[in-house]
Amino acid sequence: MKALFYIIIFVIIIVGIWQFVKLLGLTKVENQTATEKENNINGWLLLVFMGFVYGLMIYSLIGYKDTLLPQLSASAEGHHIDILFKLTMGLILVVQFIIQFVLFFFAFKYRGINNRKAYFFADSHKLETIWTVIPTVVLSGLIIYGLWTWNEIMDSSDSENPLIIELYAKQFQWEARYAGQDNELGNANVRFIKGVNTMGVDFSDKNASDDIPLAVAEGKFVKELHLPKDRKVIFKLRSQDVLHSAFMPHFRAQMNCVPGMVTELAFTPSVTTAEMRLNDDTKAKFEHINALRKEKGKEAVEFDYLLLCNKICGASHYNMQLKIIVDEQADFNKWLATQKTFAQINK
Amino acid sequence: MSDHHHKETFVTKYVFSQDHKMISKQYLITGIIMGVIAGFMSMLFRLQIAYPEESFSIIEAFLGRAGEGGVMTPDMYLSLVTIHGTLMVFFVLTAGLSGTFSNLLIPLQIGARDMASGFLNMISYWLFFLSSVIMLASLFIETGPANAGWTIYPPLSALPQAISGSGLGMTLWLVSMAIFIASSLLGALNYIVTVLNLRTIGMKMTRLPLTIWAFFVTAIIGVVSFPVLLSAALLLIFDRSFGTSFYLSDIYVAGEVLHYKGGSPILFEHLFWFLGHPEVYIVILPAMGIVSEILAVNSRKPIFGYRAMIISIISIAFLSTIVWGHHMFVTGMNPFLGSVFTFTTLLIAIPSAVKSFNWITTIWKGNIQMNTAMLFSIGFVSTFITGGLTGIILGDSALDINVHDTYFVIAHFHLVMGVSAIFGMIAGVYHWFPKMYGRMMNKDLGYLHFWLTAIAAYGVFFPMHFVGLAGLPRRYYSNTAFPIFDDLADINVLMTIFAIIGGLAQLIFLANFFFSISKGKKASKNPWRATTLEWTTPVEHIHGNWPGEIPTVHRWAYDYSKTNENGELWEGEDFTLQTVPIRDGEEEF
Repeated sequence: MKALFYIIIFVIIIVGIWQFVKLLGLTKVENQTATEKENNINGWLLLVFMGFVYGLMIYSLIGYKDTLLPQLSASAEGHHIDILFKLTMGLILVVQFIIQFVLFFFAFKYRGINNRKAYFFADSHKLETIWTVIPTVVLSGLIIYGLWTWNEIMDSSDSENPLIIELYAKQFQWEARYAGQDNELGNANVRFIKGVNTMGVDFSDKNASDDIPLAVAEGKFVKELHLPKDRKVIFKLRSQDVLHSAFMPHFRAQMNCVPGMVTELAFTPSVTTAEMRLNDDTKAKFEHINALRKEKGKEAVEFDYLLLCNKICGASHYNMQLKIIVDEQADFNKWLATQKTFAQINK
Repeated sequence: MSDHHHKETFVTKYVFSQDHKMISKQYLITGIIMGVIAGFMSMLFRLQIAYPEESFSIIEAFLGRAGEGGVMTPDMYLSLVTIHGTLMVFFVLTAGLSGTFSNLLIPLQIGARDMASGFLNMISYWLFFLSSVIMLASLFIETGPANAGWTIYPPLSALPQAISGSGLGMTLWLVSMAIFIASSLLGALNYIVTVLNLRTIGMKMTRLPLTIWAFFVTAIIGVVSFPVLLSAALLLIFDRSFGTSFYLSDIYVAGEVLHYKGGSPILFEHLFWFLGHPEVYIVILPAMGIVSEILAVNSRKPIFGYRAMIISIISIAFLSTIVWGHHMFVTGMNPFLGSVFTFTTLLIAIPSAVKSFNWITTIWKGNIQMNTAMLFSIGFVSTFITGGLTGIILGDSALDINVHDTYFVIAHFHLVMGVSAIFGMIAGVYHWFPKMYGRMMNKDLGYLHFWLTAIAAYGVFFPMHFVGLAGLPRRYYSNTAFPIFDDLADINVLMTIFAIIGGLAQLIFLANFFFSISKGKKASKNPWRATTLEWTTPVEHIHGNWPGEIPTVHRWAYDYSKTNENGELWEGEDFTLQTVPIRDGEEEF
């Protein structure tokens, strides 16, 4: 019933607006289209509005810089993406600033004046050609560079001794499995899910016994996915129930997890967690975050790489995450050696 | 027609009307109501995003149990974003926009008495009405409305065990959309047939106003792509209700293995986006047509590059059917296929750029009449450019990886097709209101409406890009689970404040619209001094549009400020109606 109360308030506001305008005598305006005075006011306002848009753009570009992801990509492949991104973004911003200016300036400059004659200008092959050819040339460049980058990222065929990890998504958590000694994952299917075998691994497959499921470390509350620096990691993605998406923004990496099929994603981590914590962007961002958290009485936090779910997957989609730690290779190998294989677990 | 009068009852005139002008008004009013509901939903979920830890009595008032204590549940949050998207994309910007203006303008601007089939037209509206009622009914059911996102990707949308809205809520969504598609196909076929067959004498295709070109091409895209969505929806209904496995395979949910085997959710995505991408052009092309017309009329200049405009409309339409894969770069599709879709997608920027430059050149050296319709049209060009440019990032497969499904995408498509199409639609309402209701809308309220709306639109959607670049995924009920997003709270509050300003500004529009219908100043026959045929009809609507003969057309629609060889305006007027024959010494453009 309270909803009705709100609706009545809205209706009263609507009626009030009209009555107010009527009271001011503004409903009796004689001429139909805009007057010279209105053209003038609105013309100037368009110029002011352009100032607002520019101000907002500049404010956002400067003021929100610290909130962005660290400029340093945490993967070698992400580096290519960053270059392409900066190039494209730079180009877009230049075009945006120029074209918006031209639009608003013309609108202002040619605001209507009684008795002025507009210029009958209906066509020009030259102009049409210019603004067909220029975007075509610029876009061709972007397309070629973009496709080159795309191929660089997606092609993982030439990597030597990659680390193979399975990421397994389910409502609303991530599980993972390292391929173990043979670097081959044992078969799996949801039909094998039973008891502790939460990933549905087929233990009759000989490749499965040395696979290492990711477990919660002693003294920790959540799982931490360890990755080695400077070694290619190939992720095999599966999903147990609905679509999920493995999104690792710091590595510039994302791939959907699709039930019934295995998708693939690969990158080479290039910055360890410890190194990234010392990165200037990261430090600035976390100083800001911790200051805000302090105001709210929350404990301070440190930077960590994250795996987020980025495809709507249900009510708790907003809290489906996995912490990622990038170690030096030696540290990683040491860590991996302490983890139990399926053979050891199932003994 | 004028010589024999049907006896019209209230029901045949206002309810089951076959007159395109009345049907157009029915579409508009229904569209506005759906827009108010969808817009109000966005206010509610913006409150949740900006203040995830606070409670609001308005949330409890409208959401009931799902908003107990003034905080909405995650399920309800997802329902709100799902239904907001569905209503806006389909019910407001497809039916509300195309339905209103195609119906109103196609017969009036091509010189026809009515649509080719008034009866089909009536059925089309009432199917739309029925689908609206079903969609709204789904808001009131026990398990809540559909909440798998407006793209309803299975398996989430197929499994009630996976999310509460995929029970009865999703069934109603699918039924509603199936009826909606039938409605829009009937409408589209009618538009195509009418444009092709019922043009008056002299109205060659190359003399049509750009509005008609836009509506015509939109209808063709609709006929090509909507049936694919219908088949996608039907297969989903099969999977949900009859145990088939078109989209489902190897699923373990709620503690048990389901029997589905061999299907692929990716198939659904292909089918969905084969409609879904053309759909954004179904939304934006009519707005482009409307804006082209309004910019020309109010600049008192011909639209620049009329033929280039037609060619770009057609090439956009063609390209729109071969780019759907850019929504699926990270689904695991073959990288080579990704390359092809990147190529075709970025090509669309070319006709879009041509159109933008042509609009800007149209206002150059004009004598711009800054009425509300014109302001919204200038706003359209501005937001279309701002939103369109980031499409170059999203369409590039390599760059899409890291912004896919983040708020960057939300900012992009809201500016380029949401705000722009709404601006086009509102511009159209202000411009053709005198034609629809015989009265003028209030100017001062119109100006206020525009300025508040324009500021709010940029205030909400420009900062949103940065939230996306910070890595925040869309459809997150709350981002408090991630400390790395803590510093986005300020931006989110700012956007919500602008959103509320924008929402309240629409109350001004509603006041202006509904009161002007009966209380507005009486309009003259041709208030904007435009050249097109609709302004030659009497102010009071009559069945059949023209009292006597249908006028004959002698020229294109854009003879504004045309001068003779001495540099004087023809007959001292800065516009020449399409019905005026070519004069001695005048060259037809």
